[in-house]
Amino acid sequence: MNNKLYGNLIFELSKEGRIGYCLPDNNFGNYEIPSSMCRAEDAALPECDEMTVVRHYTNLSNNNFGVDTGFYPLGSCTMKYNPKINEEMAALPQFQNLHPEQPAETVKGAEHLIGILENYLKELTGLAHFTFKPYAGAHGELTGLMVIDNYHRSRGDLQRKKVIVPDSAHGTNPASAAVCGLEIIEVKSTADGLVDIADLERLVEQEGPNIAAMMMTNPNTLGLFETSIPEIATLIHNCGGLMYYDGANLNPMLGVCRPGDMGFDVMHINLHKTFSTPHGGGGPGSGPVGVREGLQEFFPFVSPYNGNFAVMMRACAYILSLGREQVKLIGPLATLNANYIKESLKDVYELPIDGLCCHEFVFDGLKDKSTGVTTMDVAKRLLDYGYHAPTIYFPLLFHESLMIEPTENESKETLDGFIAVMRKIAEEAKTNPDEVKSAPHNTPIGRVDDVLAAKHPVVTFRQLQAEA
Amino acid sequence: MYKYFPHTDEDLKEMLEKVGVKKLDDLYAQIPESIRFKGDYQITSAEGEMGVRRVFNQLGAENKQLTCFAGYGVYDHYVPSVIPSLLQRSEFLTSYTPYQAEISQGTLHYIFEYQSMMTQLTGMDISNASMYDGTTATAEAMMMAVAAGKKVNKVLVSATLNPKTRQVIDTYALHHGIELVTIPMKDGVTDFSVLDNQLSTLDGVAGVIVQQPNVYGIVEDFTGFADACHEKKVLFIIDSVIADLAVLKTPGEWGADIAVGDGQSLGIPMQFGGPYVGYMCCTEKLIRKMPGRIVGMTKDNRDQRAFVLTLQAREQHIRRQKATSNICSNQSLMALFVTIYTSLMGKKGLKEVAELSYAGAHYLCDELLKTGRFHLAYEKPFFNEFYVKYDGDADQLYQKFIDAGFLGGVRVEDGFLFAVTEKRTKDEIDELVKIAAL
Repeated sequence: MNNKLYGNLIFELSKEGRIGYCLPDNNFGNYEIPSSMCRAEDAALPECDEMTVVRHYTNLSNNNFGVDTGFYPLGSCTMKYNPKINEEMAALPQFQNLHPEQPAETVKGAEHLIGILENYLKELTGLAHFTFKPYAGAHGELTGLMVIDNYHRSRGDLQRKKVIVPDSAHGTNPASAAVCGLEIIEVKSTADGLVDIADLERLVEQEGPNIAAMMMTNPNTLGLFETSIPEIATLIHNCGGLMYYDGANLNPMLGVCRPGDMGFDVMHINLHKTFSTPHGGGGPGSGPVGVREGLQEFFPFVSPYNGNFAVMMRACAYILSLGREQVKLIGPLATLNANYIKESLKDVYELPIDGLCCHEFVFDGLKDKSTGVTTMDVAKRLLDYGYHAPTIYFPLLFHESLMIEPTENESKETLDGFIAVMRKIAEEAKTNPDEVKSAPHNTPIGRVDDVLAAKHPVVTFRQLQAEA
Repeated sequence: MYKYFPHTDEDLKEMLEKVGVKKLDDLYAQIPESIRFKGDYQITSAEGEMGVRRVFNQLGAENKQLTCFAGYGVYDHYVPSVIPSLLQRSEFLTSYTPYQAEISQGTLHYIFEYQSMMTQLTGMDISNASMYDGTTATAEAMMMAVAAGKKVNKVLVSATLNPKTRQVIDTYALHHGIELVTIPMKDGVTDFSVLDNQLSTLDGVAGVIVQQPNVYGIVEDFTGFADACHEKKVLFIIDSVIADLAVLKTPGEWGADIAVGDGQSLGIPMQFGGPYVGYMCCTEKLIRKMPGRIVGMTKDNRDQRAFVLTLQAREQHIRRQKATSNICSNQSLMALFVTIYTSLMGKKGLKEVAELSYAGAHYLCDELLKTGRFHLAYEKPFFNEFYVKYDGDADQLYQKFIDAGFLGGVRVEDGFLFAVTEKRTKDEIDELVKIAAL
């Protein structure tokens, strides 16, 4: 990592007259773009030779941390290994060169591949039909809610606009509902971190005919399995609502439990979590939506073609590689890894809810709160020791949430190394709290000034130049 | 055990002991028996790498490779080999959203460059960190216009918008409670006199959406559009194929408030529909209404320049149901395609690509007209895509193209929409025309 030597922007490496391409000659005759169509000034884009571009982006990559770099215990994000064979398969020219408007007879292989993936997902989830149009998890949530809204509309049930979500839900759940024109009502959690059935009964009693759906993830964002799920599904179905499964936490359920069997009617899957496609620094993902028989006619048109097809190819290669022999081990091994970390650290970090967890769990900061060392400080100190930070300050149920999710790919040695460092940081919090509070020290840059960035937004090179 | 699972028998024993259970199955003791999945999934048996390769190659062989003359929003531009090579840098590929700025400067840095490039191309002030694709970015722009206005719920949409984009925004509008009103077209372009009239007679209009070049490849004249919109406090939204803006008059010059569209034309393969990337730019005034991630410059505690996700108070993880959008990701890796492509092609290269595409398309059009069997549906200036009607059996000709190894445009009504990029040679065009002339 070398921010000092290679911290320039590509614009700052530009020199007039350099080029990084070689195009064919224009031998079509005299066709000139009329100036009446044209912009007044050229776009001020960089002018660089090829090697300058290659070095620049290679050095930028060195200032990044990926799953291939080290342990990435980011809760709720399922940062599993992204197999190399999948990348190679997704780049096959026989697929990469297909135009989405090509007629069916010329894309049989691609359609066939989508069919294979759909069959895998149907079997793994217990649902009957999938649409691959959604581009990401949040897009899948929106699509699934549109299915539900379309279903109620088709029955003339126009007043069903309320969606129940647990107070521990992912932020996208309420936001997706709002985009879909639906309203959120929150159901409380019990002290054990599960849906409060009494509170849910009260909501169903009050709002019954207005309830469109209940939206949940199981295991929930605390990593706890909602054991009352059959009762919850019955309550919602009896009042005329549908059950939506947020597939963000599907990984620990592989080999254990299928959303369709739990009573869910609609779900999305994050292929970039459970099925190993790379997160790519924030995207592209893929969020296919599955439904129970009879709901497929309500799939909405949320994107023009086959969704993120090349992402689907990777997921398909992954399931094909693991096969029925290995897929069923994903959940148990991920769950074992999470419980192993939890049990190894709960004497120094505050575990608000004890007991078995699934793929992830949440600490409420350090056990010893007297040091003044916060979850943010622990997260930043982890970077110094070569680990990515866990998810912090989510879920909102606790003040100092530290949400840890190791995947099935991590070895005991990796987990032991992480545990040792977490214990060391807990010790440092007592003996040398300033060292922890001012972390990180070994990264290309130190802690950044978020307030400055937001107060006075500089978001383009043009603005940056104007500042100088 | 398995190549992706490192647990040895000894590891399993020690770990289970630490957790206090006897076997893996005991980890799920709390789950009711009635809903436990028992037995085996009815899916394929595991394949090694050689097996996976065999299956994918077989599937690949079922596709037909065609020389592409289709566009309709997705263009067959050349992807320089630098791009796939750099894109496989796993520090980019396997990282998450750059929440931890200290170890994500690589991602944050290139997104800042991407935003800078998008604002240069569109002639706008601000860009977000990218969106799913052009169609959903247009839907987000529609919702943004409604959210930015007061007591408004109508958006006017030109009839010359790509029907696929229209279908997507229709879907969002239905659920979001937005009423879409079509602005009719006249001779292949948006009818300004009708738009002007709609703006003066309709109440509650939040925005106007047009496309440039439009679905027929025609470069429209938007003179007067922005003024007519702004007079009524309506936001003017232009949807464009980003590569074309290297030469065309920009959304900024036309007076747009929001510029959106697809970035696929800058270095992203067609890959049967995705992943691509949507861009969204706006005026400085609208920055806090913008959906999606935004990267900004700041300093670290060592007084170094640094980049960070900023203005997050707009987003779902803070604002939940009151957020500007439910979007929680950007299309980072696809934005990296665009950024590297734009760095390589630079100021001159993007223009040359546009000029080659323009020349090739006009040459093809002239040659087709010379056969006497085609005529332009609309006599209007076009860019690198055009709509011709055919006096014979269009379906039959389309099939003849395919049999000869060509994707002969997109079939529309009684004709074809042909698109040409810098990848198409004169020989390929002559060959296509020869088939069309038969």
